[in-house]
Amino acid sequence: MSEQLALLPAYLTGHVQLTLVALFLGTAISVPLGIVATRVRWLEQVVLGIASIIQTVPSLALLAIMVPLLAALQVQSIGYLPAIIGLTLYSTLPILRNTVIGIEGVDPAYTEAARGVGMTEGQQLWRVELPLAMPVIVAGLRTSSVWVVGMATLSTPVGASSLGNYIFAGLQTRNYTAVMVGCVAAALLAQLLDGLVRVLEQGVRLRRRAPVAAALSVLAALYLFAGVTLVRPLLAGDAARQVVVGCKTFTEQYILSEIVSGQVTAETGLDATVIQSLGSTVAFDALRSGDLDVYVDYSGTIWATILRREATTENRSEVLSGVERELAADYGVHVVGALGFENTYALAMRSADVRALGLSRISDLIPHAARLVFGGDYEFFGRPEWVSLQERYGFAFGERRTMDPSLMYQAAAQGDVDVISAFSTDGRIAALDLTLLEDDRGAVPPYDAVILVSDRLMREQPEVVAALRGLVGTIDADRMRAMNLSVDADGLTPRAVAEEFLAGRR
Amino acid sequence: MIELDTLTKRYGDQIAVDRLSLRAEPGELVVLLGTSGCGKTTTLKMINRLVEPSDGRVLLDGADVSSLPQHELRRRIGYVFQKVGLFPHMTIFENIGITPTLLGWPADRIRRRVDELLDLVELDPAGMRDRRPDELSGGQQQRVGVARALAAEPTVMLLDEPFGALDPLTRDRLQQSFSRIRSQLAVTAVFVTHDLTEALLLGDRIVVMRDGHLVQEGTPHELMVNPVDEFVEQMIGTPKRQARLVDDLLGRGAPA
Repeated sequence: MSEQLALLPAYLTGHVQLTLVALFLGTAISVPLGIVATRVRWLEQVVLGIASIIQTVPSLALLAIMVPLLAALQVQSIGYLPAIIGLTLYSTLPILRNTVIGIEGVDPAYTEAARGVGMTEGQQLWRVELPLAMPVIVAGLRTSSVWVVGMATLSTPVGASSLGNYIFAGLQTRNYTAVMVGCVAAALLAQLLDGLVRVLEQGVRLRRRAPVAAALSVLAALYLFAGVTLVRPLLAGDAARQVVVGCKTFTEQYILSEIVSGQVTAETGLDATVIQSLGSTVAFDALRSGDLDVYVDYSGTIWATILRREATTENRSEVLSGVERELAADYGVHVVGALGFENTYALAMRSADVRALGLSRISDLIPHAARLVFGGDYEFFGRPEWVSLQERYGFAFGERRTMDPSLMYQAAAQGDVDVISAFSTDGRIAALDLTLLEDDRGAVPPYDAVILVSDRLMREQPEVVAALRGLVGTIDADRMRAMNLSVDADGLTPRAVAEEFLAGRR
Repeated sequence: MIELDTLTKRYGDQIAVDRLSLRAEPGELVVLLGTSGCGKTTTLKMINRLVEPSDGRVLLDGADVSSLPQHELRRRIGYVFQKVGLFPHMTIFENIGITPTLLGWPADRIRRRVDELLDLVELDPAGMRDRRPDELSGGQQQRVGVARALAAEPTVMLLDEPFGALDPLTRDRLQQSFSRIRSQLAVTAVFVTHDLTEALLLGDRIVVMRDGHLVQEGTPHELMVNPVDEFVEQMIGTPKRQARLVDDLLGRGAPA
């Protein structure tokens, strides 16, 4: 618990920054746009229509789509920018819609009276329509603020720190304390913002000075805090240029990213920050665009999803050298070297079932497949490995279920699913008494863990690359499995495991 | 002085007001009288350009009202609305002081003016200033409505069935108050109503309208004595008939 709470200032700061900036921008865009929409009739349907469409995009997708869009525009594609844009877009609809409804809901008797007493259009808006529409507009703002606090937890996969780091990392590493801390903190923040806006609105409407002043000071303090913490790193400038380490969304990645950052700091004295829980291709795109400096990926993943090669039986070294050559030539991304283990997609089953059915290889599964339930992680059924497995083995499973990778192993152990797309280094395979089946027809390409660095790092910071080279060949599959298990089963933090590893090497 | 010159309002093919001409002399109160939909309210709203005429013109002290920006014109004309239209988010003080505020009067002049007007419409300034419209009765609200219309010391006042929504007793009291106020201030006024009794009591001159046309124009006495056609005669006849009915009822119930 205290370990988790130590992370709270950083994550909460990130969350507050994202939420407040997005709400400010959302309000600054939506209220004027809503006002204009009530004046220009044809605009109303257009504007509300666009806002509604944005709203129907699943929120995680809305954030994730910003990464390639921004990368195409050659601006910062991971971190604050995509998160802020996504959150701002998401916040607009309730405010916009309520602005329009609020203003149009003003009794025509009042607008006619406003004209009758000699108000100009502007005076009518400011003195009559907006004050009368205010409760409705504020209700929209309150809806938005609760939504945005919730959605900001989804900024983690696009590289912006938020309370979502607790939730994503906690779910992956089975640290439910972390998940709980993240959820409670987000709920409290949502309540705080909602309460502040409510007090402010009531105070203004009933003309009570004290609550207005109190709510305004708290809001101002929050904005000042967000502003200062956002601007300070910018002022610090390039002098303290940090090495940015990427990290995808599973236990091994959390450990490896901490090992990488620890190694860089130990060998070069440079600060290294880890951007956690990135989507798979988000990390690669970010490395390409230079928003990330380094992360660990797997040769087979690059081979199949980036280079679009079919899964083959080619051996490890051929795939590795192919990846190294083509990434450097076509993507400006460099392979520093392999860590020394493979983390491949492997089919795992309960050991008792394997014995009962007399299985050892994947081809032994073919006659039983129709009676078995297959569980795969979010990407698995869309991946070339799945296509290749089906082609090479020609099996059809009775049922397919997509599940969170962190829950998949437990589901297999409990018998909810029979076969899972396990990662071969996952410590839970042994811990939950699962058995891996041999890929006897070579459907899945080799998955060497490789350190990838950006072109910028390669050119400008050779000392960092040298430090990373020190990690090449230092982790074998048993070691990785043991480290994964320490996190997944023993409840150690990825950082603690990484520190232990680095200490053991010195 | 208000002059309407062949004033016309068309909505598509519909003619709401058809070539209406009339004048209200300085200090005079002209009543526009007619049934619902006869064009009397549209006519009134064309005077301060809440409705823009399709044709014809309105002269205010000889000047065409279309020569002024709308808001400036309206600040010079007091307007009392049928639905009162007090701004619910403003205090009584702010409601009455709105036009002077828009005109940029100094704060202390507005304060004196509002108190003076509250006295004039027989409301207690100290008890009223800081209250909100929804804390007032209908009659009190319309008194404030009249005060608001008078706030910027207009020479012209337009009233759109101001007492129509009030109960008979309250209406009676407000009519009397209004008569008294008018006798104190020299405002030229156009007053729209469908209530003949009100027209007879308050009007210096009555203009009877039907289907957008002027049917007859004259003093209450002229109208009573010499109705121009059956429509006017029936209209005039209604209160007389009602009075007779009341007499009959009383007569029948009384001891012989």
